[in-house]
Amino acid sequence: MNKITEKMVEEHGISSEEYDFILESLNRDPTITELGIFSAMWSEHCSYKSSKYWLSQLPTKNDFVIQGPGENAGVIDIGDGYAAVFKMESHNHPSFIEPYQGAATGVGGILRDVFTMGARPVALLNSIRFGETSHEKTKHLLTGVVSGIGGYGNCMGIPTVGGEVEFNSSYNDNILVNAMCVGIAKKDKIFYSKASGVGNSVVYVGSKTGRDGIHGATMASAEFDDNSEEKRPTVQVGDPFSEKLLLEACMELMKMDVIVAIQDMGAAGLTSSAVEMAGKGNLGIELDLDKVPCREERMSAYEIMLSESQERMLMILEPDKEDIAKKIFEKWELDFSVIGKLTDTNRLVINHEKEKKADITLDILEKGAPSYKRPYEINIFDNESIQEDKYKNESPISILKKMIESPNLCSRRWVWEQYDHMVMTDTVLLPGGDSAIIRVHGTNKGLSVTSDSTPRYCASDPFEGGKQAVAEAWRNLISVGSTPIAITDCMNFGNPEKKEIMGQFAGVIKGMIEACNTLDFPVVSGNVSLYNETNGKGINPTPVIGGVGVVNNLDIFSDQNFKRINDLILVIGKTNGHLTQSIYANELLNYKKGLPPKVDLEEELKNGLALKELITKRLIDTSHDISDGGLLVALTEMSMKNNIGYKVNITKENLNSYLFGEDQARYAVAIEKSKIEEVRSFLIDKNIFFEEIGQTNKDNIIFNDEKISVTELRDLYENWFNNYLSEAS
Amino acid sequence: MKASIIVFPGSNCDRDIAVSIKKITNLEPVMVWHKETSIPESDLIVIPGGFTFGDYLRCGSIAANSPIMNDIIKKASDGLPTLGICNGFQILTESGLLPGTLIRNDCLSFLCKTVSIRVENNETKFSNKYKQKEIINIPIAHNEGNFFANEDTLKKIKDSNQIIFKYCDQNGEVNEKSNPNGSIENIAGITNEKGNVLGMMPHPERATCKITKLTDGENLFKSIYEFLS
Repeated sequence: MNKITEKMVEEHGISSEEYDFILESLNRDPTITELGIFSAMWSEHCSYKSSKYWLSQLPTKNDFVIQGPGENAGVIDIGDGYAAVFKMESHNHPSFIEPYQGAATGVGGILRDVFTMGARPVALLNSIRFGETSHEKTKHLLTGVVSGIGGYGNCMGIPTVGGEVEFNSSYNDNILVNAMCVGIAKKDKIFYSKASGVGNSVVYVGSKTGRDGIHGATMASAEFDDNSEEKRPTVQVGDPFSEKLLLEACMELMKMDVIVAIQDMGAAGLTSSAVEMAGKGNLGIELDLDKVPCREERMSAYEIMLSESQERMLMILEPDKEDIAKKIFEKWELDFSVIGKLTDTNRLVINHEKEKKADITLDILEKGAPSYKRPYEINIFDNESIQEDKYKNESPISILKKMIESPNLCSRRWVWEQYDHMVMTDTVLLPGGDSAIIRVHGTNKGLSVTSDSTPRYCASDPFEGGKQAVAEAWRNLISVGSTPIAITDCMNFGNPEKKEIMGQFAGVIKGMIEACNTLDFPVVSGNVSLYNETNGKGINPTPVIGGVGVVNNLDIFSDQNFKRINDLILVIGKTNGHLTQSIYANELLNYKKGLPPKVDLEEELKNGLALKELITKRLIDTSHDISDGGLLVALTEMSMKNNIGYKVNITKENLNSYLFGEDQARYAVAIEKSKIEEVRSFLIDKNIFFEEIGQTNKDNIIFNDEKISVTELRDLYENWFNNYLSEAS
Repeated sequence: MKASIIVFPGSNCDRDIAVSIKKITNLEPVMVWHKETSIPESDLIVIPGGFTFGDYLRCGSIAANSPIMNDIIKKASDGLPTLGICNGFQILTESGLLPGTLIRNDCLSFLCKTVSIRVENNETKFSNKYKQKEIINIPIAHNEGNFFANEDTLKKIKDSNQIIFKYCDQNGEVNEKSNPNGSIENIAGITNEKGNVLGMMPHPERATCKITKLTDGENLFKSIYEFLS
């Protein structure tokens, strides 16, 4: 056996204190396989060692939560015997190295997290963030990531219905690809990962295991692998066709009463699924790696345990039910192999080629995993305001034109038309609005889904930014008339060992806690991605919030598109004209100082619930959350689809602040003439602040005395991506 | 009456089509696994959309060699109404039941959107409920929907009135601008010479529901049903 050297320990990302603990617990040197297992289980990704102190403080319960964090995905009760199962996960680093496969396998991984719980995936969303548009890699990464996401989801036949795209220089060398999946299951047919039943079989299903994705393995392979293979890329390769077969095979098997426990093999592959399943059941597990289906020859125990080959699952079955399962997987032409059994020893025992390659007490791996309360310092920007507005004397329409053809506000149609967003024929509200709505198949009920984050707010004030990300997701679900239920989060940050980065994390979490509590909008699942840095510079702190809500009756919902001319346009919520950290300030004026808008959560709750009630009473069918870009951008977005513009008269001293400021808790709504009085008195009764600012108008947008056709604005709005991508780099 | 819906590994519109058929017609959808060697007694065969065998080789080419295809070719050649949508259309051209081929979209990317198509021939089993030159809105979702046929083939297709749908704009104009994928002469759907086999790239089953505000696909299923009954 090879001797473990100090260098090998270091290269496995294990600190010397952590290694001392390993030596003490084992009372001997670990084998190389064991070292690999510790390295994987104690990695930031699997152990949440820097983040769990903070994550554990997030609210995780309300009346609808069936399963909070700690399982493959979160589960909420959506009524009528159904549950929604959902989670978001990052695939940032792989997507930067190989955008198509990185993004594709990100989608594949999140799909498995959902269907492993017995839910059929019904919607995908993606939050993707790239460097500035002038950066040399941006076009390549953008086109690769978008086609990778489409390539996987389209083949699977699961609609991709929403997401975000942002360009910002902080992501120049570290893009973000966060994928979310929502599935639907019968409430009483949820499958969990907790193993039970000593003597039950451990079964491997899906694709074969290869050498792809063995992190940390390549660097040391010469030292511990006599047959020194060539170095393999560490990015896994996705095979959506195999995943589709795996999905159908699992769905077929789950209809029968056969599976005791099931978990996908995601990050850290067989290691984490075996350890977590047995650990949750307080049992032991013994694996015979000679039985693992491999697609390459002479794979070592180390490689098999750490491979991140895709499209694989681990199941616990009662031995006498193996045949039922085997038959189904054979029908779908997938591998099926009994690779071990559950024991009562609380040990992970790995046998390979007639040798015991690992024997570790699970408690050491799981409970012995380090947890750090890292030092932190929450920094916020100084409260400065814009001294000179170079567009002060420019007309609002002319500024609006610049805004809506800017990369962060223009139409994302180029992206979502590459995703099949209609397969399954349940997409009621298409991408491009505040939330998408997916019908619960065979019912008149819907799920609303959205994903949101405003990283520039988080960078300037983590606490307010954390609040805002949650509040915006909530608002997006409200503005389609749904009841927000719960969220999943994907926390993308820099190096947590730096106290200012840890401060961003802590501040954002504190803000999220407040928002989740006030809005009764708990976190049921999530993922943390740290060390998003290049050359010592971290990304903007980016907590992406995936929100899920319920539409109880699909005859009643709202969307953002103006539907009639001469509707009254009304703004719910107060416009103070907060300009710093707005898109107008950051991108048009290039002014990046100052604080983001404050989020008054009580105001959010009051305004949002009032709007929802108005929609439910069928008084409002056109509503849009006012966020990035401010009021005038929101009204213009409402005009595009049906070619119905607006006519508003506003004279204010700081007109640009009013029109382009990003104050929170606001919605723009359009009200049919006959319903105006009722809406007015409802809002007055509820003591909701609102302003009547104009009417919808045929074909044109008229601001004070200036006029422009909706068509002209739409061309600017729709063409940015095509123009950008057709420019020579 | 029954409709056999063929399920290949990687089919993903099989459920959607079954739901539409059941809702709109009195046909009972029966799912048939590709490894079967004969189609059960049916009045209609449907090959649904999807990514059969991952479409890792030429789209539809592996599925066209599945065990069930021998019987499909036999029955379709004998005149049994057969409908292929999207990947199903690709399988029908690969199996030789329909002329021409489907190559990569000229935009070089997957494209999912609702497009307008014009009914070019309403005297078929599949289109009798539409008006001649009616403009209908149906979603497309494909990467390889660019219909191509050589000159001779195209002439034959036209001479026997086999073009059923063409891509157009909202006003019914058939031109380059209203062509989403580069298809020759904006062709979106064709039949065989006998008129009993239809292949089309747009998804009529995605336009059969009021709540999604798309219902123009209903008449295709009604046409088939009316013909059968």
